[in-house]
Amino acid sequence: MSGPVAVARRLGRIVSDGVWRFGFAARFLVMLLAHSGQSLMRLHLTVREIYFSGVLSLLIIVVSGLFVGMVLGLQGYETLQRFGSGDALGVLVALSLVRELGPVVAGLLFASRAGSAVTAEIGLMKATEQLDAMDMMAVNPIARVVAPRFWGGVISMPLLAAIFSAMGVLGGWLIGVVFIGVDEGAFWSQMQAAVDFREDVVNGVIKSVVFGVAVSLIAVFEGYDCTPTAEGVSRAITRTIVSSALAILALDFVLTSFMFRGVS
Amino acid sequence: MARFIGVGSLLVSVAVGEAPVALRDVRFAYGEREILKGVDLSVQRGQVVAILGGSGCGKTTLLRLIGGHLRAGSGKVEVSGHDMAVLRRGELYELRRRMGMLFQFGALFTDLTVFENVAFPLREHTDLPPELVHDLVLMKLHAVGLRGAEHLRTAELSGGMARRVALARTVALDPMLILYDEPFAGLDPISLGVIGQLIRRLNDALGASSIVVTHDVHESMAIVDYIYFVSDGRIVAEGTPEQIRASEDPFVCQFVNARADGPVPFHYPAPPYAESLFGRGAA
Ligand SMILES: Nc1ncnc2c1ncn2[C@@H]1O[C@H](COP(=O)(O)OP(=O)(O)OP(=O)(O)O)[C@@H](O)[C@H]1O
Ligand SMILES: [Mg+2]
Repeated sequence: MSGPVAVARRLGRIVSDGVWRFGFAARFLVMLLAHSGQSLMRLHLTVREIYFSGVLSLLIIVVSGLFVGMVLGLQGYETLQRFGSGDALGVLVALSLVRELGPVVAGLLFASRAGSAVTAEIGLMKATEQLDAMDMMAVNPIARVVAPRFWGGVISMPLLAAIFSAMGVLGGWLIGVVFIGVDEGAFWSQMQAAVDFREDVVNGVIKSVVFGVAVSLIAVFEGYDCTPTAEGVSRAITRTIVSSALAILALDFVLTSFMFRGVS
Repeated sequence: MARFIGVGSLLVSVAVGEAPVALRDVRFAYGEREILKGVDLSVQRGQVVAILGGSGCGKTTLLRLIGGHLRAGSGKVEVSGHDMAVLRRGELYELRRRMGMLFQFGALFTDLTVFENVAFPLREHTDLPPELVHDLVLMKLHAVGLRGAEHLRTAELSGGMARRVALARTVALDPMLILYDEPFAGLDPISLGVIGQLIRRLNDALGASSIVVTHDVHESMAIVDYIYFVSDGRIVAEGTPEQIRASEDPFVCQFVNARADGPVPFHYPAPPYAESLFGRGAA
């Protein structure tokens, strides 16, 4: 086979595989939504997943939030100081966290801590025929296994992002006020005055909800769609983390460009 | 309302005596590789039927076709008079509620305990009070000799124990059609005899029908009503245990006497051995 033909053929294959997978994912999403009733009616199923995805991610979220806030405090003060506006440190820390770093970094951490676990769990259930066995018992695995994990992730993610931002502000305060000695009153009052509820907080929450949907969908889809072998599961986990990270960053750009056009 | 009609028609079809399972000229291929090349078999109500055949001959595939996990490429798979090819998901689930399938590797839910595994179908499909679920589960576990293991996690079970738990879960809802994929694999001779008898007794007590896929000729001869031999994607011999014992069919003789030479191929299809070993060097 000649070189260019082989290349074209492989390229075509990659594209058609991609389109096929995308279509499959869309169908999967429709089925997932259609079978979500049970995870809302039998709430304990979803609550259990909120525990596994959300509560067990708390530690990494809290610690990372604190450190990111502390770094923001150091870097921000250093820069603001040059313009003689060290008092505005609170504004800088809060805005960066609420608008950007909270949703994005929490989303990335969530994908690697909870998303990968969900993919592994569903993938292993598939590899060991547990999903087939469930299906054979006339219990729909999408309703019983996939949907609760999806909704558990969708609910956990905004809460985790909020906690991340709150811890970050605390970290900024710790560095700025306690260690560097920025005026405490200025730190808080400027933050309160500058952070707009609608423009900043709500937009940040919208981002974290969108990231939560994206990461949860990728995680359950990769698990459900994986090749049912040990190798297949491990590749699915990798794909979950990589695709989630790319999805978060791409969506973040799109959302930001819509949200903060008029402001600035 | 629709659901009631569904259940009603199922009950009717069972009552009027449709064969619980009937396969006619069923063909199936995984991609290019043809696994089943025209299988005919039927199971009557109250029967325990064995499907025997070499490893990789398509026995699990056959059960998956009957369970509705796979669709036949051509031919007809009928379960209680329902053509599996045209069943919609809701109807399929309605049918499966009255079916049990023991998977070849157990397929226990690894995040649940032994007790919770057996309780799972009861909890999903009935509104029984917890005490009743508890009693039913213990009865099923007692039948497979594992009442004492109810609190164990699935990771703490041996292979044979896991299979027996899976068996208890399979019959938790007292199904009308029970499919067993290798129920005897990994069992010691004592459990093997007990499980064999259990399969027979359960079938008779429930008035159900069972299909047992196995390699174990002698154990199955002791408990089943009818035997099918599968080889190379076809039914190559069939009969009651007496007929099988008396059979002169070279195939049956080979299987019953466990000889490596004969019509049953021990090897997965492959080019000649010498060619694989020396082919490249010679070329
Ligand atoms: N998912 C699959 N994709 C492709 N080929 C498959 C698949 N599952 C099974 N096969 C092939 O189909 C054939 C029949 O498989 P099956 O599992 O039905 O065998 P079996 O009779 O149950 O064997 P055993 O007694 O070892 O369990 C095998 O040769 C196998 O290679
Ligand atoms: Mg098999």
